[in-house]
Amino acid sequence: MTIRNLPNGISRRGVLKGASALGAASLILPAGVRPASAEPKKGGILRVGMGHGSTSDSLDPGSWDNAYSQVFATARHNNLTEIAADGSLAPEIAESWEASADAMTWTFTIRQGVTFHSGKDLTPEDVVASINYHRGEESTSAAKPIVENITDIKIDGQNVVISLNGGNADFPFIMSDYHIPIMPAVDGKIDPTSTDGCGPYVVDKFDPGVEALLTRNPNYWKSDRAHFDGIVLLPIVDAAARQNALMSGEVDVIDRVDLNTVHLLQRAPNIKILSVSGTQHYTFIMDSRADPFTDNNVRMAVKHAVNREELVEKILNGYGVVGNDHPIGRSNRFHADDLEQRTYDPDKAKFYLREAGMDSLSLTLSASEAAFGGAVDAAVLISESAAAAGITVEVSREPADGYWSNVWMQKPFVASYWGGRPTEDWMFSTAYASGAPWNESYWEHEGFNKLLVEARSELDEAKRREMYVEMQRLVRDEGSTVIPMFANYVMAHTDAVATPEQIGANWTMDGFRAIERWWFA
Amino acid sequence: MANIWRMLAQRLGLGLVTLFVISLLIFGAAELLPGDFAQAVLGQSATEETVAAIRAEYGLDRPFHTRYVDWLGSALQGDFGQSLANRKPVADMIGDRLANTLFLALYAAAIAVPLSLMLGILAALFRNSIFDRSVNALALTSISFPEFFVAYILILWLAQSGLFPSISRFSVDLPLGQKLYNTFLPALTLTLVVTAHMMRMTRAAIINLLASPYIEMARLKGMPPFRVITRHALPNALAPIINVIALNLAYLITGVVVVEVVFVYPGLGQLMVDSVAKRDIPVVQAVALIFAAAYVLLNLTADVLSTLTNPRLMHRR
Repeated sequence: MTIRNLPNGISRRGVLKGASALGAASLILPAGVRPASAEPKKGGILRVGMGHGSTSDSLDPGSWDNAYSQVFATARHNNLTEIAADGSLAPEIAESWEASADAMTWTFTIRQGVTFHSGKDLTPEDVVASINYHRGEESTSAAKPIVENITDIKIDGQNVVISLNGGNADFPFIMSDYHIPIMPAVDGKIDPTSTDGCGPYVVDKFDPGVEALLTRNPNYWKSDRAHFDGIVLLPIVDAAARQNALMSGEVDVIDRVDLNTVHLLQRAPNIKILSVSGTQHYTFIMDSRADPFTDNNVRMAVKHAVNREELVEKILNGYGVVGNDHPIGRSNRFHADDLEQRTYDPDKAKFYLREAGMDSLSLTLSASEAAFGGAVDAAVLISESAAAAGITVEVSREPADGYWSNVWMQKPFVASYWGGRPTEDWMFSTAYASGAPWNESYWEHEGFNKLLVEARSELDEAKRREMYVEMQRLVRDEGSTVIPMFANYVMAHTDAVATPEQIGANWTMDGFRAIERWWFA
Repeated sequence: MANIWRMLAQRLGLGLVTLFVISLLIFGAAELLPGDFAQAVLGQSATEETVAAIRAEYGLDRPFHTRYVDWLGSALQGDFGQSLANRKPVADMIGDRLANTLFLALYAAAIAVPLSLMLGILAALFRNSIFDRSVNALALTSISFPEFFVAYILILWLAQSGLFPSISRFSVDLPLGQKLYNTFLPALTLTLVVTAHMMRMTRAAIINLLASPYIEMARLKGMPPFRVITRHALPNALAPIINVIALNLAYLITGVVVVEVVFVYPGLGQLMVDSVAKRDIPVVQAVALIFAAAYVLLNLTADVLSTLTNPRLMHRR
């Protein structure tokens, strides 16, 4: 793993220099206000250089854990539902859906006339098998916890009826999760080693860690998508190599632009930078069961001792926005716009420390590049800003290898990240609900948990908004997580590539769907 | 000649023992690494239940010695098992990559070995001249920089102008000319990295001999200096040179992961790093054994060749 860090090592020196490029960063228009693009054209082979991908990538939907697997999956598969570029939910394999009054039973009507690449017609049986793959005792899928509340799946003609153990007004959103593509079933089971899907592109060749080659699915049911004739998807993990490949014209699009050198890339002719502000956020987690974090005053002191503006400037090079200690992004439906932005305030931090009965506080913050690029630098910056508030933070640099099993949720104060979730309920249930397997701060808050369950089955939009705003306030003021920044997804492409006016913000690469949404100008 | 055969048999036997010990060491070392495949593959999304389910499915919950004996049993029958990460047979995953790695190693060696021998001989011939000093300085400079830096410099000079591609896309079915063109930059990087070692060894070994009486005799009888070196000095200097070349060849096979990453070249090094990160033990084992075998075989070849080139060893009394 050290080897992968080498190239980063040199560019890291640029961290401080990079801050001076902030001015330039503001020149880039957010995706929403760029001039309208012309009508999509068909043709051409799109070559994409992704910042992830390794020889151990697999075709098993339960194991997809990096953007390469995810973009590759979306290129060959469809889901029941799709998150549209504006963040709303759109039908995909499910033509329509409706909920029972208590939001506990959901009926999805499956689209007719869709075929898999193999020529087989897509049936409700395929949908059931695709979801069931992630359920049950034997399941090895990373998506198991998100389908755990399903109690039963039945077929009713062209419909699939899903029963839940509790009301969930956002359930159709969950069916858009990248882990749950619709794959062909044989004897009620999907084959997790097959590339067969009903998506926009057919896989010609997949060599993990080397390349994936795809050609357009001639029978694709969407007429206004999949404009490229073919796709070449390359993993180029080294940031400098990725940037070089784009500048020398060997690829057309790259993701994960190195924020330390983005100003150099911007100067290159014929290159456009795409910066999308979404739900991806970086967190510093305090274990609420471990002293001194059991005391909310201590947690508030730490939250006030973090200089958020500085982190966005120096770690994200300006490509992001400050966070308000709750995980809901500005692009989310029920983002609490009126909640006051928390700022760096050493005096307040000292006040909370005194409330906790302390004069000073010593903490160890564990960080690693595995959490997010620049996590160790961010920890050092926090250590410096906290010193002014009388909090001594010692930064412990942890190895990236094994970080998620040995450091995260094991040590009391650690760095982490979330790609974000399209709905408030999903985000809160995943990482803040009592007993959730990924409740990283082990936070238990009775009022919050009660609200969470109530809001989940509430179908009245206004009431839901109120509840989610209250939950954001609770996490912000009583939670055990510092959320100092939301990081943009930064991509770059050559002038030859055209994108729709609005770019999906739910994941990188236009919500993983750049391949079916973009075209050559 | 009987000596040689006996040595070969002995060394091959010892080599097998070495491979066995290495397989045990690697298996043990992988065991000591924090986390296992189930945790590594699920990463941030791991829950206790799914980790347990994966361990049960792949038999990772069995004790260390059972798993090792199992692995050894099938490896002895030539079955290296399946990759845990993508359920492909390990042999399939390694096959292409081994060929790629060997291709790049041989390509680099084909440039580097003649080049460094030539430069070494010339440097010995014109020792302490401007030529000698500048060749030495250049070679030492290029070996002193880390590989990725040399690679970036070459990309800056040769790839951004469009002369050569900066990512070496490689597949078995490309025509040879295209293969050589696509992989020119990584081969050149490796050449720059390994030349100094071989060149300086050649120079030192030859200069060492130049003070010997028989060289003086050759000179006194009026032989031209270049001939003195190639006919009289070089044959006696071959043993150390062959050893250094073997070492560098082994390095070209086993140690080029950084170059692979920078040029996105699908070789064994990248496979090894990815597999270690995911704790994909069957793949790690197989690659480690290939690397170990490369060292064993190349060292053996070097020893055999040095023996063959030295009559004193061939006709021992």
